[in-house]
Amino acid sequence: MAKNHVTTTINGEPVEFLCETQETLLDVLRDELQLTGSKEGCASGDCGACSVMVDGRLVCSCLVMGVEAEGSTVETIEGMADGENLHPLQQKFLENAALQCGICTPGFLIAAKALLEKNPDPTETEVRYWLAGNLCRCTGYDKIIRSVLDVAAEAKGA
Amino acid sequence: MSALQYKAPTSVDEAAALLAGASGEARVLAGGTDLLVQLRAAMIAPELVVDIKHIPELTSVSVEDGVYSIGAATPSAELHENADLFAMWPGVIEAMDLVGSTQIQGRASLGGNLCNASPAADSVPAMIAANAVCVVAGPNGTREVAVEDIATGPGQTSLAKGEFVVTIRLPKQAPRTGDAYLRFIPRTEMDIAVVGVGICLTLDDGGVCTDARVSLGAVAARALLVKEAADALIGTKVDDAAMANLDAAAQAACSPINDKRGTIEFRTKVAGVLARRTAAIALDRARS
Ligand SMILES: Cc1cc2nc3c(=O)[nH]c(=O)nc-3n(C[C@H](O)[C@H](O)[C@H](O)COP(=O)(O)OP(=O)(O)OC[C@H]3O[C@@H](n4cnc5c(N)ncnc54)[C@H](O)[C@@H]3O)c2cc1C
Ligand code: FES
Ligand code: FES
Repeated sequence: MAKNHVTTTINGEPVEFLCETQETLLDVLRDELQLTGSKEGCASGDCGACSVMVDGRLVCSCLVMGVEAEGSTVETIEGMADGENLHPLQQKFLENAALQCGICTPGFLIAAKALLEKNPDPTETEVRYWLAGNLCRCTGYDKIIRSVLDVAAEAKGA
Repeated sequence: MSALQYKAPTSVDEAAALLAGASGEARVLAGGTDLLVQLRAAMIAPELVVDIKHIPELTSVSVEDGVYSIGAATPSAELHENADLFAMWPGVIEAMDLVGSTQIQGRASLGGNLCNASPAADSVPAMIAANAVCVVAGPNGTREVAVEDIATGPGQTSLAKGEFVVTIRLPKQAPRTGDAYLRFIPRTEMDIAVVGVGICLTLDDGGVCTDARVSLGAVAARALLVKEAADALIGTKVDDAAMANLDAAAQAACSPINDKRGTIEFRTKVAGVLARRTAAIALDRARS
């Protein structure tokens, strides 16, 4: 059976790939394109480890079909740092030890970046609700939430 | 097993023809937040998926003479960002906003929430209370169907082969109308409603309720439009006595299941309490 041919833009680069209709965008990113930063925690939309941006919207890539990426713009964790320069959220997660095993981290970072772009000065409650679809089984949420609030506060102070 | 096909038509007619012409099972794809989970779990095995998000009417919101037409596949996040729509129908928009996480909100649609036909779907009681009507397209043209007539039971709809929901129409509001939706869940986020209540009511200039619609979710095989509960409010100033009658009528309409999230007794009692709380919010909104 012929695979679907998909032309898309990922982290600013034009990308073409072939995929089966059943393959999710997460499958394509990880298995076809070797962009393994996005993680699969649940494959059912519950954990947020697979979070990416599609056409400027935060989504679970495990609930998007690979073929749906045709003509769209995808941003993943691989595009977050600017070369060797970490994004302020990445830097703050390191400073605050807001990760342990790190499986949830790419999803949290993508989701937190989306929040700060929409709402640069969120309250703690807003951060907690925005990130309610990102689960972490090791770190505990306080360091993660604190890191996001710290980045927002520093950007405001700057 | 034949390989799954994907099509992304750009017109309503093309979509209807694809869905009607499929020899095996064909499924509409909106946000995919139910569909992809069901595909993965092998609960469904369609041969064709028709992505309706490339059809302009399906993903846009328009308003004419106070009537909102919401594309059935518009992501919830976009509805929430539409300040005029939110101000006019806060109950409907808040109900849809309860669905899943921020990530889910980026994809989940009113049409998908409705046509997935879960008895606990959050936006459905709110849309029923709002007297929303679906424009349904099919191979033989379009027809209008009240939201309460779409789901017929868990996972079942009244849509014929080839039919799908194009837009959801929210009617022009009478002055002093307010709507609200509340659900009860054991957690504060990311959970399935144990009970959901949608209420829309209208007051006259003396504060007497002239019109009301009350809908209950998750207490029967599909969301219910409860006329007796609306009648408890109509003709009253929505005072304590009316609230007590509303509570009793809501409880009387329940025929819930017993499960780990709530017993029959619990769901029934909560339906009454939530109905009162929802009515209080709708009343407040109708007054302001
Ligand atoms: C983590 C998670 C949390 C969730 N939380 C909630 C919650 O709190 N409350 C809740 O109510 N739901 C919840 N859901 C379920 C789901 O997100 C909603 O039902 C959502 O609104 C479905 O919309 P969709 O656009 O993603 O539909 P899809 O998955 O695209 O479609 C759902 C079904 O409807 C059919 N369909 C879709 N659009 C149409 C149309 N226009 N015409 C005809 N048929 C159509 C599809 O063929 C499919 O059978 C959750 C899901 C996940 C994964
Ligand atoms: S892997 Fe996508 S939400 Fe868990
Ligand atoms: S650091 Fe392990 S899941 Fe979050």
